[in-house]
Amino acid sequence: MRVGVFICHCGTNIGGYLDVPQLARYALSLPNVVFSQDNLYTCSEAGLTAIKKAIAENKLNRVVVASCTPRTHESLFRSTCREAGLNPYLFQFVNIRDQCSWVHMQERERANEKAKALIRMGVARAVLLEPEEEIEVEVNPWALVIGGGIAGMTCALSLANRGFEVKLVEKESRLGGTLNSLYKLYPTHEEASRLVQARTEEVKKNQKIEVLTSSKVKEVRGFIGNYDVTVRQGEKDRLFKAGVIVVATGAETFKPMGIYGYDGKTVVTQLELEQMLKEGRLDADTVVMIQCVGSRDEKRVYCSKVCCPTALKNAMLIKEANPNAQIFVLYRDIVTQGTTYEDYYRKAREVGITFLKYSLERPPVVGNESVKVYDELLGEELTLPYDLVVLSTPMVANPDARDLAQILKVPVDENGFFLEAHVKLRPIDFATDGIYLCGCAHWPTNVGESLSEAYGAASRASIPLSAGHVTTEPIIAVVDEDQCSGCSLCELTCPFKAIQVEATPKGRKAKVIAASCKGCGACGAGCPEKAITMRHFTDEQILAQVIPLAEVIS
Amino acid sequence: MTVQESFEPDILGFLCNWCSYASADLAGVSRLQYPPNLRIIRVMCSARVDPTIVFEAFIRGVDGVMVLGCHLGTCHYMTGNYYTERRMKTTKRVLKRVGLSPERLLVDWVSAAEGERFATLIREFTEKVRKLGPLGNETKLEPQKLKTRLASAKETLTQQRIRWLVGRERELVEDKNVFGEKVSQEEFDQLMLQTIEKEFAKRRILLSIKEDALSVKEIAQRVEASPREVLGNLVSLERDGLVSVVGIEGKSPKYRVAGG
Repeated sequence: MRVGVFICHCGTNIGGYLDVPQLARYALSLPNVVFSQDNLYTCSEAGLTAIKKAIAENKLNRVVVASCTPRTHESLFRSTCREAGLNPYLFQFVNIRDQCSWVHMQERERANEKAKALIRMGVARAVLLEPEEEIEVEVNPWALVIGGGIAGMTCALSLANRGFEVKLVEKESRLGGTLNSLYKLYPTHEEASRLVQARTEEVKKNQKIEVLTSSKVKEVRGFIGNYDVTVRQGEKDRLFKAGVIVVATGAETFKPMGIYGYDGKTVVTQLELEQMLKEGRLDADTVVMIQCVGSRDEKRVYCSKVCCPTALKNAMLIKEANPNAQIFVLYRDIVTQGTTYEDYYRKAREVGITFLKYSLERPPVVGNESVKVYDELLGEELTLPYDLVVLSTPMVANPDARDLAQILKVPVDENGFFLEAHVKLRPIDFATDGIYLCGCAHWPTNVGESLSEAYGAASRASIPLSAGHVTTEPIIAVVDEDQCSGCSLCELTCPFKAIQVEATPKGRKAKVIAASCKGCGACGAGCPEKAITMRHFTDEQILAQVIPLAEVIS
Repeated sequence: MTVQESFEPDILGFLCNWCSYASADLAGVSRLQYPPNLRIIRVMCSARVDPTIVFEAFIRGVDGVMVLGCHLGTCHYMTGNYYTERRMKTTKRVLKRVGLSPERLLVDWVSAAEGERFATLIREFTEKVRKLGPLGNETKLEPQKLKTRLASAKETLTQQRIRWLVGRERELVEDKNVFGEKVSQEEFDQLMLQTIEKEFAKRRILLSIKEDALSVKEIAQRVEASPREVLGNLVSLERDGLVSVVGIEGKSPKYRVAGG
């Protein structure tokens, strides 16, 4: 056995807290380890070349990398091993950054001991790893896009234009989503309805897209390339197959019930103001807008980021139609990022909109005829008579999102928005292969951002669709027929129907359907005869890591 | 400083790839600080954690074990964590039978978005195990005796009957058995406890006569049970071909593990 251990400084992320050169020396002292090295960035071109070189020069047959997390970098290091002629499943990851250096910054000595233990555990498992062959599965060239708003429609069109069949599922009776309720879009002030109409027409004309309105996804089974989807349309169920799934279910706008005297008449939301503007029934000379209503507070900590530009836009539109209108925007911080929107803010000031800063500790008080606000910059309380108060409320997660998350087995964040695999490295993928997301289902986005994400998701989703096949991990169950008693407990346990008891010359025995097995291990951990082994996660490989800390320190 | 306060518990965590392991990564990305007592072993699903693996960790001297999965209903493998829940419930019962606090095993659900909650769980569990003290602190048994008991417990959890009951619990309690009857949770729990009791007693006997041939009286002394109870179990073990009489000393037969 010839194990090579590579320990990453990750710049200062690990190197700044742990004694990496010492860890490398420690690794070399472990049984079966013939080579160890510390690298500034193991994932860099130089780091990867060093691994390949070490495999060749030292005839390594196991590689251990102690660095960040397998959730983002395992596939990279596996590929490196493959390129160097080593089976990628002879690679072992040790997480000493996310689960060590970053979380024990104030206890460096103990963190270092822990890192040693983690490396030792990794080496112990590496020694027991076996080469595995990846399984290739076909990908059905059909996509399911859930949500027929601007993001979903754009994504569906982008996929269809690449030649793939798309099913576009919308819960409402018509396409368009949130944009159906908007008046004009910032910063160009074009009408939302024109954009929606144009896109809806395009979708309807496209031969490759089938639109299912008044429909909801009821059940999804299967895995990348091979999803079995049940959609409830009205009273009946529609069943079809899909290779990939895109979530574009959008968001809702927070309704500020019981806040600032909200009544939908003289105290309205920005969304309701859009409707009034659209229908030309706004009759107000003095308008007071309040920002951050129901956001950036204890209950909802995030900034919805589209409400500031929306308030600027609506204020400017009112002023445009009625130059005598007096408009006050009460804000905590104005969020107008980037070159375009900062200019937009400046423009709003120039046309005479008044901005007054309030604080979370001393919020404005909305009376029957006036708003009282303590101006933080002026240092005094002002009384503003009003005809209309407009509350800028945040986008909140769609209440259906949690149900859909359960159906797809993907996570949502603490605010109920769908959670991507990695905020920087995989921003529009879910951790589950074959499922992608875009638009406001993900987080509050404006139209431009929704479109970017929609094109991105379509692009990501078309990778497996164009390839026509994907390789899946060979982490599957294997039955030892001599031990199997044919009791069929495994068959009952498996949620994927990937294990079946069949008659054989040796009696009834469990058989694994490799393409269906997802590798959870639920069958093996419950087998009364302990006749099932999980490849790449065998009992021995797991138990090899069960080393008490005392053994490492001594 | 008391022993308990200076004691640093050794904790192993079995975390599922999709939720809890991701939450641990998120805690890291967010630079949330928690005590370094925990070391994580990644598994694809919490349902991969065989109860015997938990016991093996205790046998090797770990003070606390965590098994963390996705929230119920959001398991990446649909139902994996329901199996985890029931298997770990039984594991806790066996822990209790051994004389250890079931609180040394923490079973909980953490989503990929709950970095903060993950860090809090680790802080709290580390404190809990610190208060419990080193493994076996609550049993006052000498280390070797505790080890033997734990080994018997691990063997107990490999027994067909136990694994069958655990595997079928959901079905039996929530659906119906082959006779179309539903078993109430209380009835099931009762049955499970009795089975654990019986199997644990048998495994202790087997372990005691693995090396030496002993009389009923001697076995009873070693396994802390009445000779009558031991005799009953020996008869059943003999019927299963697991023990045999290897000689007679005076009037009492000497038993030993068959083939031993």
